[in-house]
Amino acid sequence: MTIDINPDLYAQVPDEHGRFGIYGGKFVAETLMSALAELENLYNDLKDDPAFLREFDLDLAHYVGRPSPLYEAARWSDMIGGGRIYLKREDLNHTGAHKVNNTIGQALLAKYMGKKRVIAETGAGQHGVASATVAARLGLECHVFMGEEDVRRQALNVYRMKLLGAEVIPVTSGSKTLKDAMNEALRDWVTNVDNTFYIIGTVAGPHPYPMLVRDFQSVIGREARAQSLAMTGKLPDALVACVGGGSNAIGLFHPFLSDNEVAMYGVEAGGKGVETGEHAAPLSAGIPGVLHGNRTYLMQDENGQIMHTHSVSAGLDYPGVGPEHSWLKDIGRVNYVDATDTEALAAFHRVTRVEGIMPALETAHALAYAEKLAAEMIPCQHIIVNLSGRGDKDILTVAEIDGIDLGTR
Amino acid sequence: MSRLGPFFGTLRSENRRAVIPYLVAGDPDEALTVPLMHSLVEAGADIIEVGVPFSDPMSEGPTIQKGHERALGGGTSLLSTLALVKQFRETNTETPLVLMGYANPLERKGYAAVADACAEAGIDGLITVDLPPEEVAAMNAELQRQNIDNIFLISPTTGDERVATITAQASGFIYYVALKGVTGAGHLDTDAVEAHLATIRQHTSLPVAVGFGIKDADTAATVAGCADAVVVGSALVDLVANDLKSGGSHTSAISGAHSLISSIRNGVNLATSN
Repeated sequence: MTIDINPDLYAQVPDEHGRFGIYGGKFVAETLMSALAELENLYNDLKDDPAFLREFDLDLAHYVGRPSPLYEAARWSDMIGGGRIYLKREDLNHTGAHKVNNTIGQALLAKYMGKKRVIAETGAGQHGVASATVAARLGLECHVFMGEEDVRRQALNVYRMKLLGAEVIPVTSGSKTLKDAMNEALRDWVTNVDNTFYIIGTVAGPHPYPMLVRDFQSVIGREARAQSLAMTGKLPDALVACVGGGSNAIGLFHPFLSDNEVAMYGVEAGGKGVETGEHAAPLSAGIPGVLHGNRTYLMQDENGQIMHTHSVSAGLDYPGVGPEHSWLKDIGRVNYVDATDTEALAAFHRVTRVEGIMPALETAHALAYAEKLAAEMIPCQHIIVNLSGRGDKDILTVAEIDGIDLGTR
Repeated sequence: MSRLGPFFGTLRSENRRAVIPYLVAGDPDEALTVPLMHSLVEAGADIIEVGVPFSDPMSEGPTIQKGHERALGGGTSLLSTLALVKQFRETNTETPLVLMGYANPLERKGYAAVADACAEAGIDGLITVDLPPEEVAAMNAELQRQNIDNIFLISPTTGDERVATITAQASGFIYYVALKGVTGAGHLDTDAVEAHLATIRQHTSLPVAVGFGIKDADTAATVAGCADAVVVGSALVDLVANDLKSGGSHTSAISGAHSLISSIRNGVNLATSN
C-alpha cells in the first residue's frame, strides 16, 4: 500500500498558532499564556542554534548512551515466518525508556530560562523517573504528579524517583491516573509559574509542547532511518509504535513521514477490547475535543465529559492523544490500530522468552501488533518496532495478573 | 439581549459595586440549585456565576473540584444546567446570569447550538476558562449572533499588550484573576490587584470583576475599593458542602449561604459608602 501525500506537508505543521490542521492550539487559562509565549520564543531561538543542538547531542551521546542500537529480532522473526522485525532499542537508554530524550531537551530549556524548579506528570513513572534524573543532574527541585492508582501499580518507579530526590505527589482526584496527574501539574504550574518549568512528558499539552517534544524525540527516527539503510540497504516497509500520548511513536515516525513507501502503525491500548468501552484508544473510538491545552481525539461522553480509561499499562492509560497524531490519522498517513491487554501480555512473555528482551507493557502493545503484521509479510520485507522501554517496572503487575505471589505485599 | 450592559450602567450611576457569587450547577444535587440562586439574590447578589460541571476542571482548587465531582455524580450536564437556569428565570428575569466552564462540553454540543440554548435559557454571558483570545473566534461569532457577552479572564501575568488584545474582543465585563493559582488559593495582594486594575482601565471602559481568593467580607470590601464587582466562589461552595456534610438540610445550607453573601454585600457597601 503506497500513500500519495505531498511530502512537503509535514514541515508545515504546526503553524504559528500551534495547530496541526484543526488540532493542537493553546487552550489554557490566561495565567499560563505568557509562560507559553516565553517558552515558544526561547525554543524558536534555540531550535536551530548550533550551540544548543551540540549541547543536546552531547548529552544524548554521553549521558543517555545514544545512538540506541537497531537490533534484528532474528529468532522471533523466524518463528513468525513472515517479515523481519527490527527493534529500535530505546530500552537501552539511561533510565530505560525513550522518555529521557525529551527530558534532557526540556531540562536544557529550563536551564536557559533560569528556572530552578521543575514539575512533571507521569503515568507509568518512566517520564517521572527521567525528569527526576535530569533534575538531579542539574540540581533542580523536582515535583512529580502521579495518579494514586499509578503510584500503587508502579511502586518501583515511585521509589526510584524518591531516591533521585524528587517529591512524588499522589493525585487523588478524578480517575487517579495520568490525566488527573496532568490536571494537577497544570494547577501547580499556574500557581508557581514564575519559578517553575513544566516538563511535559508527551507530545500533548498546549503549543509549543507537542512540537518541541516531537523534535526532541525525533532522534529515534533519524537514527533508525540511517541504521535501516546501513543494515538492510533500504528503508523499512513499516514502522510500529505504541501510542498513549504518542511521544515514542512521533519520535520514530516523524523523520519517515515524507517517505510515502513506509507504512506506519500506531498501536493504542485496546484494554478489554475496544468494543467493550474499557480501553484507552481515542484514535480508534474517540471524538475530537479540547483537553489539557489542545484539540485532539478524546474519549468523551455525549456531554463532553472525559471518560475513564482502562489499560493494563499505566503509560497508555490516557483519554487523549497528541494533536499531531489526530492530524496524521485524518490525512491518512498513519494507521491507528489497537492491541488488547491480553494480546500485549502475550507479546510481553513471548519477546522476553524468545529474544531475552523484557519490554515495558506499553511497548508490548506495539510488539503484539507487529507480530500480526509480520505474519502477513514476506521475509524480504522488514518492520521497525520502537522498543520504547524496558519492562522491569512492570514485573509486579505481570506477576499479579499471572497469580504469582512474590512476597512483596 | 444581555442584561450585563444595562446592569453595569445602572450600577455605576448609583456608585455601587456588584457582588457575584459562584456556584456549581447541580452541586450536590439539582434540587438545591434554583432555590439557592434565589436566596443569593435575596441576600444581595447582583449577578450569579453558574459553573458548568466538567470532569477535568483544570483551574479549580480542591474545593470547587469537589463541587464539579458531586454535580457530575448526580448527572448534571451543560443541558441540565441550562434547564436549571430556565427554571430560575420563571420567577427572576432581572438578575444577569453568567455561565462559567471549560471548552469541551461546549465543543461537544457545537458553539452554534450552545449559543442558541443559552439565549433561550436566559444566559447573559459566558466565561470559558480555557478559551483564550487565540482560540475563541469560532465561539465568539456565535455568541455575538445571540447578543451574549463573552467575558475574558485577565491574570497577573497578562502583559500590557495582551490586555489590549483581550479588551478589544471582550464584552460584558472583564474578569480579573486576582492571583497566580487556582480558585480558592492563597492570600490576595490587594495593592497588586489595584495596580493591575489601573492598567486594565487604561485599555477599556468595561467593568472589571475580581475573583480568586476573595473569602469574606473584609477581602471583598478591600477589593471593592478598586473593582466594579467581586466574585465569591470557593468560600460559598465550601460553606454549602460543609453544612450538608455535617448533616444539614437544603434549608440550612441555603440559610448559611444567605448569611455569607449578606455579610459580603455589607462589606462591599461599606467600601463604597466611605
